[in-house]
Amino acid sequence: MKRMERRSRGVFWTILLFFYVPIVVLIVNSFNKDRYCGPWRGFTFKWYDRLFNDHEIWQALGNTIQVAVGATVASVVLGTLAALAISKYKGKIQGAHYGLLYTHLVLPDILMGISLLLFFISLGLELSLFTVFLAHTTFCVSYVAMAVLGRLEDFDGALLEASRDLGANPWQTFWKVQFPLLLPGIAAGGMLAFTLSIDDFVITFFVNGAGAETLPVKIYGMIKRSPNLPEINALSTLMMIVTLLAVVASRMMQRSRNPAAKPAAGAPALPEGQGGRVRR
Amino acid sequence: MDDFLVFKGVTKRFGAMTAVDDVTFNVKRGEFFSLLGPSGCGKTTLLRMLAGFERPDAGRIFLDGKDVTAMPPDKRRVNTVFQNYALFPHLTLWDNIAFGLRLQRRPKDEIEERVRRMLRLIQMEGQEWKKPTQISGGQKQRVAIARALVLEPQVLLLDEPLAALDLKLRQHMQIELDRIHDQVGITFLYVTHDQGEAMSLSDRIAVMNRGKVEQIDKPAALYEAPRSSFVAAFIGDTNFFEGTVSELVDDNYCRVSVEDFGDIVCFNDKHIKAGAKVYLSVRPEKMHLTHEKPADLHGGKLNVYAATVDQKIYQGAWTRFWVWRGASKDDCWELSVLQVHNRYLLDQQEIGWDEKVWLSWHADDGFMLESYAEQDEEMLPHPTEEASDASVAPDPAPAAAGAADGEAAK
Repeated sequence: MKRMERRSRGVFWTILLFFYVPIVVLIVNSFNKDRYCGPWRGFTFKWYDRLFNDHEIWQALGNTIQVAVGATVASVVLGTLAALAISKYKGKIQGAHYGLLYTHLVLPDILMGISLLLFFISLGLELSLFTVFLAHTTFCVSYVAMAVLGRLEDFDGALLEASRDLGANPWQTFWKVQFPLLLPGIAAGGMLAFTLSIDDFVITFFVNGAGAETLPVKIYGMIKRSPNLPEINALSTLMMIVTLLAVVASRMMQRSRNPAAKPAAGAPALPEGQGGRVRR
Repeated sequence: MDDFLVFKGVTKRFGAMTAVDDVTFNVKRGEFFSLLGPSGCGKTTLLRMLAGFERPDAGRIFLDGKDVTAMPPDKRRVNTVFQNYALFPHLTLWDNIAFGLRLQRRPKDEIEERVRRMLRLIQMEGQEWKKPTQISGGQKQRVAIARALVLEPQVLLLDEPLAALDLKLRQHMQIELDRIHDQVGITFLYVTHDQGEAMSLSDRIAVMNRGKVEQIDKPAALYEAPRSSFVAAFIGDTNFFEGTVSELVDDNYCRVSVEDFGDIVCFNDKHIKAGAKVYLSVRPEKMHLTHEKPADLHGGKLNVYAATVDQKIYQGAWTRFWVWRGASKDDCWELSVLQVHNRYLLDQQEIGWDEKVWLSWHADDGFMLESYAEQDEEMLPHPTEEASDASVAPDPAPAAAGAADGEAAK
């Protein structure tokens, strides 16, 4: 028994090392004086300094966020509507609609990239940030729709009838009952869309125009050409810190939304994760 | 007053299936009215048409003199208690109950006051800030009732509201429902497949079968004078006889000759002529078993037959017997008889298995059916099936208990 335990512990640490050593190396190298990320030649903040003064990178980051926010908003609206339509109207054609949405999830990015590029060219659209936004929206819609559909799958239709029964018209029923209950799914889909848009490389690489570089494309270019390779390490380290902070913040937010906590009298209740299902 | 709620020739089809077939009936204001029937009989469809979730293919529905047939659900002053409560899981109990009032944009004080009153009515004060996931099934049920009642509907619709609760809670909620109905005085339209629930709660019951209303009556009238074999078999248990009227004894009674059984004297309120084929039904508890042949024949109105006990199940307050009469056990009439022990049983000579006994019932206690369908007998479980699960059916009301069997071996 003891030996088994030791062996599994060994496997555990090996895997951890395999996962995290590269990251540690990256962080360490962001402070390494060596230009080619080689042997340790002393501690420096030089790369961070250069990074902050490299306006091209900030330009690329700005582009990325613009595209991500735009694509998220557009895909959340379109994806939610698509999911609602697919779940509400049952018919033969709905299978095809579902299939079309699903295709984006399984289609290789390279195909998406090429086909979108050809499409934009045939339309005579000039490649720009706008085409990147269009491309990102196309695949993000699918992810949002899938997340919302999952939520709709076990949505109790009696809740909508109950709302109508209590005097709500269809519009009020959507905003007061269906939307709050779908919100966790919509939010999950939106976050997924945002993340996917931020770090998409392949599709963006095909459809971005000159001067419309997003961060991933910019980083790729820097690796190939930049004389300041460790700048990328510095950038990555900063991004990691931001991500970690976001995770911690979201954890803390979730804790403060404890369902056992009493909302103040009369205050509208916040939608919660467990809503939406009444067991039949 | 009598035509507060009117269904007039209402028909609803789903594809090739006719769920509700030309149904007409009236409900009085303030009445507790039940739609009772097996699943798929159309009772829920009727309720959904009144709520506005379904549109009838033919016929009209009038509520307080107004035609509501085509009115959308949010425009009707009718509210529903759903089978699975359908409480909004993202809202507190308070917000659930206040949902309809807020949509009506009532003043804040009024909403506060009316929600409080409802919480008091359902005895759930102090729990209004809980979410529906944090309360029990019975409590959800009460909140669902409050959410609908707070709008003071013209009719409260209840769709199998107790079906999801366990037996004990169901009995408790029956009393609660009765209390609430008495307090608010609103018309209740109650849909159920549980005859016990319908019998104990309703002022009147419409028994439905295959999209049609079989009979509308007070609970006792349905039990004592069912018009069809369906109603007789669905509400309580019974024994069916098939025979021919052989002679009219006097103005009120006739003699029916039943093959392989004998002559049965029966009350003839329908004045059926001699020679007509009729169906009789006699409830198990109306029949009596004795060791000795009864001496007093009530002027020829008592039906007396020799029979043999096949099985018996002792249940404390009563014993259920299956007795048979005929050439042999394989070719006989098998009848269900319920003996309620209203005297101290140990002082009496008990009737045992395979004993020869005298079976008797008064001519007034049987009734003739207007219509008979053979498949209705399938609703009455076979005695041997009953024997095995009798111990898990401890319903003390003879009206609702167990099963019976007509011509088992015919």
